[in-house]
Amino acid sequence: MAEERRPKQCTVVLPTESMKAMAESIGVGQLQEESCAALSEEVSYRIKEIAQDALKFMHHGKRCKLTTSDIDHALKLKNVEPLYGFQSQEFIPFRFASGGGRELHFYEEKEVDLSDIINTPLPRVPLDVSLKAHWLSIEGVQPAIPENPPPAPKEQQKTESTEPLKAVKPGQEEEGSIQKGQGATSAEAKGKKDGLMRMKPRSTHELSVEQQLYYKEITEACVGSCEAKRAEALQSIATDPGLYQMLPRFSTFISEGVRVNVVQNNLALLIYLMRMVKALMDNPTLYLEKYLHELIPAVVTCIVSKQLCLRPDVDNHWALRDFAARLMAQSCKTFSTTTNNIQSRITKTFTKVYNKCWLDDKTQWTTRYGCIAGLSELGPDVIKTLILPRLTVEGARIKAVSDGPVVSNIDKIGADHVQSLLLKHCASVIAKARPLPDNVEQYRADYGYLGPMLCSHVVKARAQAALQAQQVNRTTLTITQPRPTLTVSQSGIGGSGGSRTASIIKVPSSLTLMSTRPGTPTQLSPPATKYIVMATSSGSSSTQQVLWMAVLLFLFSLKYPYYGKSNSNKQVNL
Amino acid sequence: MAAVQDGQLNMEVEKDIKTEITNDGSGNINANSSSPGSTSSGGKSKSPAGSGEDQQTLLAVLQFLKRNKLTESVDILRREAGLSADADDSPVSDSAGAGSGGVPNVSADGGDANSLLSRVSIATPFAPPATAPPKVVAASGGEDQPDVNVVLSAYSQQGDPVLYPLYYNGLKKFIESVLDCHRAELSQVFYPLFVHMYLELVYNNHENEAKQFFEKFSGDQECYYEEDLRILSSMSKKEHMKGNETMLDFRTSKFVLRISRDSYQLLKRHLQERQNNQIWNIIQEHLYIDIFDGMPRSKSQIDAMSGSLAGEGKRDANKAKVFYGLLKEPEIEVPLDDEDEEAENEEGKPKKKKPKKDSMGSKSKKQDPNAPQQTRIPLPELKDSDKLDKIMNMKEATKKIRLGPDNLPSICFYSFLNAYQGLTAVDFTDDSSLIAGGFADSTVRVWSVTPKKLRRVKSAADLSNIDKESDDVLERIMDEKTASESKILYGHSGPVYGISFSPDRNYLLSSSEDGTVRLWSLQTFTCLVGYKGHNYPVWDTQFSPYGYYFISGGHDRVARLWATDHYQPLRMFAGHLADITCTLFHPNSNYVATGSADRTIRLWDVLTGNCVRILTGHKGPIHSLAFSPNGKFMASGATDGRVLLWDVGHGLMVGELKGHTDTIYALKFSRDGEILASGSMDNTVKLWDTLKAFDDVELDDFTAATGHIHLPENSQELLLGTYMTKSTPVIHLHFTRRNLLLAAGAYNP
Repeated sequence: MAEERRPKQCTVVLPTESMKAMAESIGVGQLQEESCAALSEEVSYRIKEIAQDALKFMHHGKRCKLTTSDIDHALKLKNVEPLYGFQSQEFIPFRFASGGGRELHFYEEKEVDLSDIINTPLPRVPLDVSLKAHWLSIEGVQPAIPENPPPAPKEQQKTESTEPLKAVKPGQEEEGSIQKGQGATSAEAKGKKDGLMRMKPRSTHELSVEQQLYYKEITEACVGSCEAKRAEALQSIATDPGLYQMLPRFSTFISEGVRVNVVQNNLALLIYLMRMVKALMDNPTLYLEKYLHELIPAVVTCIVSKQLCLRPDVDNHWALRDFAARLMAQSCKTFSTTTNNIQSRITKTFTKVYNKCWLDDKTQWTTRYGCIAGLSELGPDVIKTLILPRLTVEGARIKAVSDGPVVSNIDKIGADHVQSLLLKHCASVIAKARPLPDNVEQYRADYGYLGPMLCSHVVKARAQAALQAQQVNRTTLTITQPRPTLTVSQSGIGGSGGSRTASIIKVPSSLTLMSTRPGTPTQLSPPATKYIVMATSSGSSSTQQVLWMAVLLFLFSLKYPYYGKSNSNKQVNL
Repeated sequence: MAAVQDGQLNMEVEKDIKTEITNDGSGNINANSSSPGSTSSGGKSKSPAGSGEDQQTLLAVLQFLKRNKLTESVDILRREAGLSADADDSPVSDSAGAGSGGVPNVSADGGDANSLLSRVSIATPFAPPATAPPKVVAASGGEDQPDVNVVLSAYSQQGDPVLYPLYYNGLKKFIESVLDCHRAELSQVFYPLFVHMYLELVYNNHENEAKQFFEKFSGDQECYYEEDLRILSSMSKKEHMKGNETMLDFRTSKFVLRISRDSYQLLKRHLQERQNNQIWNIIQEHLYIDIFDGMPRSKSQIDAMSGSLAGEGKRDANKAKVFYGLLKEPEIEVPLDDEDEEAENEEGKPKKKKPKKDSMGSKSKKQDPNAPQQTRIPLPELKDSDKLDKIMNMKEATKKIRLGPDNLPSICFYSFLNAYQGLTAVDFTDDSSLIAGGFADSTVRVWSVTPKKLRRVKSAADLSNIDKESDDVLERIMDEKTASESKILYGHSGPVYGISFSPDRNYLLSSSEDGTVRLWSLQTFTCLVGYKGHNYPVWDTQFSPYGYYFISGGHDRVARLWATDHYQPLRMFAGHLADITCTLFHPNSNYVATGSADRTIRLWDVLTGNCVRILTGHKGPIHSLAFSPNGKFMASGATDGRVLLWDVGHGLMVGELKGHTDTIYALKFSRDGEILASGSMDNTVKLWDTLKAFDDVELDDFTAATGHIHLPENSQELLLGTYMTKSTPVIHLHFTRRNLLLAAGAYNP
């Protein structure tokens, strides 16, 4: 006896309203309530029958998604003419509308501009089927190659690092889930499991020879001189699924590398290392949380360090700072949780440094630049609360450097960079936050030295935003044109929206709409479900084009039977 | 014994066939209610005696053949069955009672007999091509039996619909109160009883009562009947019962239960005491209770065997002897691979090889006592090329890796890219040089996975220019211009669901939704024959391991055995109650296994056309089958994600491998049978230790007779490895001759 009751199965019947709607759609006005009820039961039964047969085709098609062709084949089994034309691969959503006491489900049909179709380039031809071989297992061991799934899924890496006691080997995990499914044996299994001591399986932290070789190759390529090799190595780090065992090594490599190279002011190497961090972060199969304590200090170093290169006046260390700041922002976004509070801790760090340099005139412009960059990458809110209030002071300082006596070239360059950075980030924020009009004097009063420049930037930003908005509007305008609507019932078993389809397409004499589907009970007028496109005259090329467009039009105007497609997977409950 | 003329009956039956073929499932077939020519006397005597029914069946077949002027077959059949010439005349005359009389109870049996007719495989002599027209089975294998009304009318006997739940509840209370050892056995009665009571209510238009009855008790049924219950629940009106396959299955075939004598007595006494005729009638009419002497079975034993559409197989259905041994390999003068030997010698292990070869030779000389006679069915003669291939095979076999729990095979996975959910079938050649794929867009594609490209034979005009005496004539006939890595075969008009290479790699078979099986030449890459016979989708087809013969099975529930040079089937195997979903030849080619959506596996004797095994235990449609290389064991996989292992000789389940979470589409034993690989929709390949699984099995005649099987609960210990693919369902597996495992599937991004 099944312990848990299964969901009720026997009472799913189409509502009688649908029957009425369908009847109306083919011109039968007054349908008795009893007839509706009888019809709906009959129709529901037949639909279930067809769906059951369609499932057979799905199973034999070795899919877990029911497609329209399965329905067609099931209809064919029953000696019913299939519904031609419903070949769409995508799920077609029905819209719902109510009003005037009526409820409608309709399929939104877009009007299509023929010239658009003609002018758009043809879609790419789909790729042909091809065969590719890879090793799923070599003598019982699954190699970690991109073709295979990651050996330890991210979830498992996470549980291993966060809850070491609960972590189990994949094999055991499966066993557990299977036995859960078997009601009778689960109790037994549990007992057995509890009896075992809960110990974290001792994991070996040694790398295999191949992995050691790989590690060596990758690290050498990443910091080596050949750019092509480096790109390949970074690509490998970003995509390979089997790297989790090497992750601690990579992490140490990066943090140590940054520590050494900052001292030696080796800009190139620092950039390479940051790119490695980026690649690691891009790899979807890695669970980086465990190694943030090594990576974040390295990244922050690259943002705020006083000196990153040998010749600060010439080398573009600003780009590294920007890049690292973006990395920082990205990791804040992905890894920050309420427990580790990465974002707020990072923000605090930056502000602390920033505060210090605000007080202390002697702080390097480079560090200042790094702080501002790091903060502003964190988002407009951070800019608004932490940077905007300081604009005046910062402006004064920049003014002092640029107007004052030339102390050093380096300072001048630094001030310039800080200025442009501030303008870039603040302008958009101000544009959003500050009401019109943009008065230069007002800006000067509010933001000091940087005011006038900010003002012009803001004006520019506003113009840009307006332009974008306009573009968006234009596209939405074309979408929001009044659309013809269609009730769902028209494409049902009883009838079809043939007359409407016909009215859309006005390609005289080149099309014949024919009715098929004999024997459906409620069908009175001949609706069209089968489209036959025939050319009457061979004609000029323009006729051909029209024909071609007509075919396309059909493709666009196709509707969907409401039972036609279940986008969910195979659990089709009927 | 009223009299009815032969002629009248003849006409009616023909009408039957017509309606069968043109019927779209909704036609009214009242006129045919009297069609089957069966005895009215058999109507009431529904005793579970098999012999009487057999006799009837034979007679029905004889009649049919006679009417269709198939005198030759009549003679042969009569000779085979040992019937006297006039034996078949008598039942014809007394069928009138069923025909004209409106007594529903009586005519009900007519339906039964007719359905029996459909169940009997039509065995015709082998050497001359079958003369029995495929029509027969096409008719009876169709969606509805000709006598729906007759079938249904059995339900017209009715009690008070309000009392049904009470009856059921009463029985439930009784069964819950009996001793534990009997409870599990008696609980088997619940499901068939529930179904028949529900159908009775529906048939008698007690719609609401039926609904209530269903809601009240459907939750009690075993969870593996859920699919059937769903179908049942959708059937809420009398009109729905017409043409519903599941309903007809329930009615036309008795639900088989195996119950120990003690438990049965208990039930009988209870029902008689209570005067509970309603239930007793159902049990008498619709259930076949297979009573055995001995211990009642436990719940787990019953659960292991039940789950099929029509209960367990009858015990005597599995009694026939099956020659599961392998045929003797023809002795071929093997030019004992000299070069190889020398090469091996250099490596310094010559001794190891010698005895191996000897053992192989001696093995093939001894005749296996369980093997069928070499000439039991005629097999094609070996051609020179076949011999060469055999030699190659043996050479490769010497390099075979011995697999085991400590020595797992490497798996090479062939992914079909850009298949867009369209890949429906895959096959490898035995020597693993070619891969074929069947697609939903009706195409068949063949790839070469060796550097040797696929080439077509030259056109006839070019061929005439070739010097036929030259040594490399086989090379010269190939058209170098057509060399490519893959070829596409166009011809089907529906998705291709089954595909199979011939053992000699010259032909390819494909079966499709369009109802045909096509034979393709891999020399010219054209279609040679379209075998028509199945009118409905053909789900699977498979070449015999010796070539020439092939089997196909599909939606029409009939498996057909064909020979490549006959356009009509040689044998038709009818008996499954739902679609045949997969087919497979036994390694000795004398038997054919079919798996079905009725959740049973049947083994058919190719020579006699009889069903020799009915294996129940799966809880979902079966989608894959595999024989162990020694022919002794079989594995089957179903939508329920379980692999079951069977002993073919005893007809018993010997193991259950749990682990997959979705339909198993591929099963394969390694070349030595130590390892079973299974591939599933859940994107995994799993390897199982079959040596251990079969070692644990201990069988005696008692367990074989009663089904007291003890399945070892060790499927986790048997699991040797699980290999996830990225997002690729595994739909085919193949062991190369050196025991490398090849897997194939379409990547589903």
